[in-house]
Formats: sequence, structure tokens, C-alpha cells
Amino acid sequence: MQIYLPIAEVSVNAFLLLGLGGMVGILSGMFGVGGGFLMTPLLFFIGIPPAVAVATEANQIVASSFSGVLAHLRRKTVDLKMGTVLLSGGLIGAALGVVIFNYLKSQGQVDLLVRLCYVVFLGVIGSLMFIESLNAIRKSRKNAGPPKRKKHNWVHGLPLKMRFRVSGLYISVIPPLMVGVLVGILSAIMGVGGGFIMVPAMIYLLGMPTKVVVGTSLFQIIFVTGFTTLLHATTNYTVDIALAVLLLVGGVIGAQIGTRLGTYLKAEQLRILLALLVILVCAKLALDLLLEPSELFSIGAAGGH
Amino acid sequence: MKRLLLSLLLLVATPVVAEEVVLGLSQDQVAITADFDGSEILLFGAVKRESPILQDPPLEVVIAVSGPSGPLTVRRKERKFGIWVNTDAVEIDHAPSFYAVATSAPFNEAMSNVEDQRHSVSIPRAIRSVGAPMGIEDAQSFSEAVIRIRTDEGAYQVLENSVSVDEQTLFRTSIKMPANLTEGDYPTRIFLTRGGKVISNYETVINVNKVGLERWLFDMSRNQPLLYGLMSLAIAIAAGWMASAAFQVLQRR
Repeated sequence: MQIYLPIAEVSVNAFLLLGLGGMVGILSGMFGVGGGFLMTPLLFFIGIPPAVAVATEANQIVASSFSGVLAHLRRKTVDLKMGTVLLSGGLIGAALGVVIFNYLKSQGQVDLLVRLCYVVFLGVIGSLMFIESLNAIRKSRKNAGPPKRKKHNWVHGLPLKMRFRVSGLYISVIPPLMVGVLVGILSAIMGVGGGFIMVPAMIYLLGMPTKVVVGTSLFQIIFVTGFTTLLHATTNYTVDIALAVLLLVGGVIGAQIGTRLGTYLKAEQLRILLALLVILVCAKLALDLLLEPSELFSIGAAGGH
Repeated sequence: MKRLLLSLLLLVATPVVAEEVVLGLSQDQVAITADFDGSEILLFGAVKRESPILQDPPLEVVIAVSGPSGPLTVRRKERKFGIWVNTDAVEIDHAPSFYAVATSAPFNEAMSNVEDQRHSVSIPRAIRSVGAPMGIEDAQSFSEAVIRIRTDEGAYQVLENSVSVDEQTLFRTSIKMPANLTEGDYPTRIFLTRGGKVISNYETVINVNKVGLERWLFDMSRNQPLLYGLMSLAIAIAAGWMASAAFQVLQRR
């Protein structure tokens, strides 16, 4: 069934959009990532104008993250306190990120920078996670005893300590704030919720247990993407509500299935799957940069660079 | 003597306007609804004349339908440091979003190069570029790229020999408009030619408009962007909550 999107001004297959939304929703519920880093390139591929794809994607992520967070809240795997700290850092970061983004835009080549950002971050995070989770799986096979989780590094030496009961942590608020700021900057530049950076940062930098990480990440993504949606709707008029509805109907159902699938998997398995996914997307983006495109020319809106 | 001269003059002058277009359209409005997936427009007409039909050169018909025009930036990728990046950019200051030319004979036979230049009928003539910035020598390849990309998308169409002409008087053709149509006025021009020369032309407009829900959403996104944004968020939150609640009920059973 073809449907004409009022803002994007293209006609697309409704079931294709439902399917895409569902697929990304499952990943979102399972791993605590918004799925923007996957969905945005997919939308480009089916012919949605980039500006509309990025803005509408943010709106769809609000829905799937909200659906996912409710499921996690019921299982008490959301650290609201940690989420709030991360979020306040994230908002500061997002404001900084917009300033940086506009500066880069005036210098030209912002597209290339965003792509390189993606390749570098996805590549580094993906391979680090992959190696780490492989080691963890190997270790747990050798000796059935519980792996030691309490690691003491420089993170634990900082002042302003706070107790995060759900995460079982007693650490300084500075590292989570910093993580929030960093993710905020990156998500403003790269146009994504930032889950795929946030999740590894919470696991490896803050030492939070994997099960809590997913819900907490979703919690803060809701606010970041909600804010982004409003910003795009009021300044660029690029949020396509018809497109968003089709994507989010698939997305919210997918997110529910995803959170349930996630409970059947072990933490290490969950991480290794996310690592593989991140590496896959990274490889695809890298190939796009390295291989000669079949069409060297591209048509863009006038004015920009 | 004076009167004779005048009638002679009239005799010379009349053939120029002797043949005129009378046009009909199957529809002069295209309504974009939610399930819009393209439209076919039938253009038909007749040639009104007061003198006997000239047999040679034969009468040909050229029809051009154009979408709303706007400026574009065309970028070219080049290999730099091992990766493909956008390097050169050329501004095209006038390119239609949709363009279809239908003719009753091969284009070159139906219209001469001079007439094409005067009326800007063929696709390359319908695109205008102000001139490339310094340092780009092959600016031509940028406008060619626009034509190539849009032709592949079905937005630009050359339909040679698709206008049928009966008895040099009645003509008709149909033009398929793709599903990815932009809103606006679509100027439609009909040229009658003989031996490549334009002997009469006629212009009308086809209106392409969003209607119903499409119209309402589009207007709201422009006129009340904040409300529109909040509505999008409300829908997202409501959908997320509903899915969560529905799954909870399903699981309890």
C-alpha cells in the first residue's frame, strides 16, 4: 500500500515503513540504543530527504524509547537518579554541540565530518566491546564463579560522591556528568540519540551493571530526542508526522518484543550482539567512503555547502 | 491601389495566425491525497483554422509540462586521501522538479534548434545555471548530472512520438505524473510547428495540491510549528504507552 508523506513529499510503501520501525524497535528494546544510527541511513536509502529523515527519526525514537522504558520500569531496571545526572550533562553537551555544528557548517564539509565521526566511533566502540565480551564469555566458561565487578580506578577517587542504589554504585557525580556532556555534544553533531555511545560508556567507564544500563540509557534518550524533535519542528519544519506514525507503530511493538528477548540473553551475549551490530554499520559506512560511488554527482538544496 | 496593397498584406499576414490550438485537459487539478500514487493526465485538443490544410511541411505538436522550479546545488565527489568526498559544487539557479516533453515526431524534426532556444522547450534548455564558480571547467557535466539523476527517477521524461495527430487537426497524448510530486502550479505549453518552426502556441496551468489530511498537516507544520511538534511528541508518547500496556495485558493471560 503506497502512502504519500505530506512533509517529505514522497510516496512510500506503508508496510515497508512498519517493518523498518519494528526491526529497529526490537534492537532498541534489547540494547538500549535509540536505533537512529541504523534508521537514518535506511530512510535515506528508501528516498526520504535527509533533513526530514533525521528530524522524523528523532520523533520515532521518543516513542520506542518510551515504550521500552515502561517495560524496564516495571522490572525496576532503570536508575532514575543516574539517568537524571546523565541527562543534565547531556543537555549542556547538546547546547555545546549545536554551537560546534554551526561552526563546522560555516567551514563546509560537515557531511564528511559526520561520516568520519560515525566510522571512528562505531569502529572503536564496536571492536572494544566485541573483544571485551568475548573475553568475558571465555572467562565465565572456564570458571563458573561470579566475575568480580568492583573495579577500582581513577573514577572512584573523585570528590562529590553520590549513592546510586539501583546501579549499586557509590561514585562521584563528575564522571556521569562528563559522559553526559560528551554524548550530548556527539549526538548534536551526529544527529542521533547517542545510545550506542552512552551504553558502552556506562558499562566500561562508570561500571554499571548491563541490565540497568539499557533502561537508564532509554530514559535519557527520551528527553534528548524529544528536545531534538521540537527543535527541528519549529526551526526547519522537517518533522513528518505521517512518516513518524508509521515508523513508531512498528517501533513500539518492536521495543516490547525486544525488551522481552533481552531477558532471555546473558549480559555478555547481549553486549557481543550489540558489538557485532555496531561493527556491521561501521563497515558499511567505511565502504561507502572507500569504494567509488556509481553516481559521482548528488543534488542538494541550494544555499548550503 | 491602396486597398489592393492592404489585402495583399493581409494575405501574407494571415497564414501566421491561421492555425490555433483549442485545448482540453482530462483534469486541470491534481489532488494529492494520503494514498496518492501518481496520476495520468490526458491532454487533447484540436487545431482551429480558417484556411485549407497545408500538406507540406506536416503539422507537428510539442507539449511540455513543467513542475515548480527552484534553485539546486549539485555536488561532485572526488577521491581525496583514499576516501570519496564532495569537492566541487555548482549552483543551478533554475531547475524544474518535474518536466515532461511529448512530441508527435522525433524532437529534432518537430522543433528546430532555434525555436527550442527561443521557447526553452527541451530538457537541457529548461534548466538554467548561472555559471560555475572559478576553477570548474566542465560545468556542463553538472547540469547533465541533474538530467541523468532526475530521468532515472522518472521526474524528467522525453516522450518522442507519443502525441498522436489525426488529420492534422486532432491531437492527444497522456502524461504520467509520478507519485513523488511536489505541490504547485505546473505550467503546460503546447506548440504547433511546421518544418520545425513554431506557428502557434498555447499555455495553461495544471494545479497540483495537497488535500484533506495532507493539506491540514502540511499547513499546521508551517503555521503552528510548536503545536505541531508537541502533537508529534504526544502521539509518540501515547503510542509508546499503549504498546507497553497492550503487551502487559497479553502477558498476564
